[in-house]
Amino acid sequence: MSDFAIKAENLGKLYRTGQFVGYRNLQENLSHALLSPFRRFRDGSTQATKPDNYIWALKDVSFQVRQGEVVGIIGRNGAGKTTLLRILTRITEPTEGGAEIRGRVSALLEVGTGFHPELTGRENVYLNGAILGMKRYEIKRKFDEIVEFSGVEKFIDTPLKRYSSGMQVRLAFSVAAHLEPEILLVDEVLAVGDAQFQKKCLGKMENVSKEGRTVLFVSHNMAAINRLCPRAILLDNGRLVQDGHSVSVTNAYLNGEAGVGGQRTWELEEAPGTDELRLTSIKLLKADGTPASVVEVHEPLTLRIGYHIGQPGLSFRCAALFFTQGVCAFSTIEPSETRQEQIGDYFSEVFIPPNLLAEGEYTVGITIFNSRGIKLQFVRVRDTITFQIFDPMTEPSARGDYAENLAGVMRPLLKWKSLFRE
Amino acid sequence: MKSIISEPVIRIRPSRGWVPVHLRDLWAYHELFYFLTWRQIKVRYKQTVLGFAWAIIQPVMMMVVFSLFFGNLLGVSSEGTPYPLFSYAALLPWNLFAQGVALSSNSLVSEANLVKKVYFPRLAMPLSGILPPLVDFLIGFLVLVGLMFYFGYGLTLRMLWLPVFIILAMLTAAGIGLWLSAINAKYRDIGHIVPFLIQLGLFVSPVVYPASLLPQRFQTFYGLNPMAGVIEGFRWTLLGTEPPGYLIAVSAAIVILLLVSGLYYFRHREKEFADVL
Repeated sequence: MSDFAIKAENLGKLYRTGQFVGYRNLQENLSHALLSPFRRFRDGSTQATKPDNYIWALKDVSFQVRQGEVVGIIGRNGAGKTTLLRILTRITEPTEGGAEIRGRVSALLEVGTGFHPELTGRENVYLNGAILGMKRYEIKRKFDEIVEFSGVEKFIDTPLKRYSSGMQVRLAFSVAAHLEPEILLVDEVLAVGDAQFQKKCLGKMENVSKEGRTVLFVSHNMAAINRLCPRAILLDNGRLVQDGHSVSVTNAYLNGEAGVGGQRTWELEEAPGTDELRLTSIKLLKADGTPASVVEVHEPLTLRIGYHIGQPGLSFRCAALFFTQGVCAFSTIEPSETRQEQIGDYFSEVFIPPNLLAEGEYTVGITIFNSRGIKLQFVRVRDTITFQIFDPMTEPSARGDYAENLAGVMRPLLKWKSLFRE
Repeated sequence: MKSIISEPVIRIRPSRGWVPVHLRDLWAYHELFYFLTWRQIKVRYKQTVLGFAWAIIQPVMMMVVFSLFFGNLLGVSSEGTPYPLFSYAALLPWNLFAQGVALSSNSLVSEANLVKKVYFPRLAMPLSGILPPLVDFLIGFLVLVGLMFYFGYGLTLRMLWLPVFIILAMLTAAGIGLWLSAINAKYRDIGHIVPFLIQLGLFVSPVVYPASLLPQRFQTFYGLNPMAGVIEGFRWTLLGTEPPGYLIAVSAAIVILLLVSGLYYFRHREKEFADVL
């Protein structure tokens, strides 16, 4: 059975680093040759013998994508995601290995590629369509649809330079959204454009996958990956680290981020805190007691703060601060101080109700202190754990049936009602 | 989904050594080539007051200056034809060539974003710089027809050769453009060399003087400058000056050499374009 759409085998891409990055001029090259004429001979000048000057942006990456599958590709910046797409779209060649692609491929590494400010909207639609691989009759057939989708009908015969940047992006998106490839490779284009357009494009992407098209989707947006792609591939340092169910792969990704994830423990010697009290563990638990770093918005959570008390009779309270998008979403504090008479390990738990936090990435800061009499701060750490909230839209949530971006850091499920005005 | 009539299989492998020129692949993208060419023409005189009149003003001004200094003051031979006509008939193919070289040698660098974001046969980039100057050429040609009429030149059968020399001028530009654009992707020095090279070439080619000005034994070597053959041939078909003979044969051979080597050199360099641009 050969129903794969993409098959990559041991793909590798070697890039030069150091002195010869990017473009050079002849003088640099000549002076380099003059200053060290024998370098070439000394070092052998082959790639293998000079590992320092080269970096594998991608190495030994193998995977198969079945026809009609929607696969997310995740990884940190520089993990090789874009390099992978660029190889699969034939923009650049692999250094080793190979790939086979069955079907017509379209790639969206950027929207509006080749747009020219002096040309009119109409002319740019044709030009951009041709650049993205559409035939002229196809563009002609879909032209009205494209223009209507973009919402710039009135300006279609105006030079592009008179458009607002928002209008340009919308027109560009619109052309891209009307591609009808069998295989679509998308690189984070959804990060551009206003919210309304993102929704339209997400909708288009869902349609595309429903129509049996194959989609590779590179993104940093774990919520979008989880919502759109059943399967995800995790790249790290150019290598394929994990390939599997999106939730577990995104989980692994977030856990792998500098050892930070849904749980963290410290050995007593290096635990943050003072001799009186040290923070020894912090865990985000699901209802069934398992630690999690990717959580669905409708799940109740428990934050368990473990600590060691080194002095009997210590009085203190814990506080947790939840940060996202650079702000503190909320903080919560034990309503009263507790007093523990014995040295030992304890924990405090705080219960987070479902449908509280909006989708996105959160980090948790912990403070443990005493404010009776002389104020004493035992523990104060930020970024202890990170976790990700997404809305699969399978359970009742604040989204309802609305797939677009929602603003805000809280996502309470509130009751709505609409009535006749009395 | 509609049934897929053909299911193309794309195989991606690292290329080794010399890469074949896939003409079929190029043909599959002929519409993109057409659009890129069309865009160059469309954009060329946007936001200018005189628009396509520039296609006439430039060569006519040069003709006037050349006629004044080289024709009248220096008394350069024009093989019996009126000097303005003599120089103008050379400026047209020269400009066709020079603009083509300028556009194509810069094509990859000026459209680096396209090369880095979309796949298409890269050959379409430098080649799309070759046809747009033809528009300027045809407009300028109207003036040439007027001049010929004014100086009493009529139609001859010889003029049937004209398309050959027009094509040869464009092929020369393509051959040089392929080389320069591929080098330019990595070494931006080319961007500085080209304007200077074109300026120099104007005087190394028989634009302001006839090729017959050179000693007889150098005539054939002069053909090593392919534009020498093109310009001499061009003047011969229209004005009946000295027939170019060996000169044109040498030039044509050089053009073919430039073109074929340019194609292969370009293909050889092609794989690194997206990485060095």
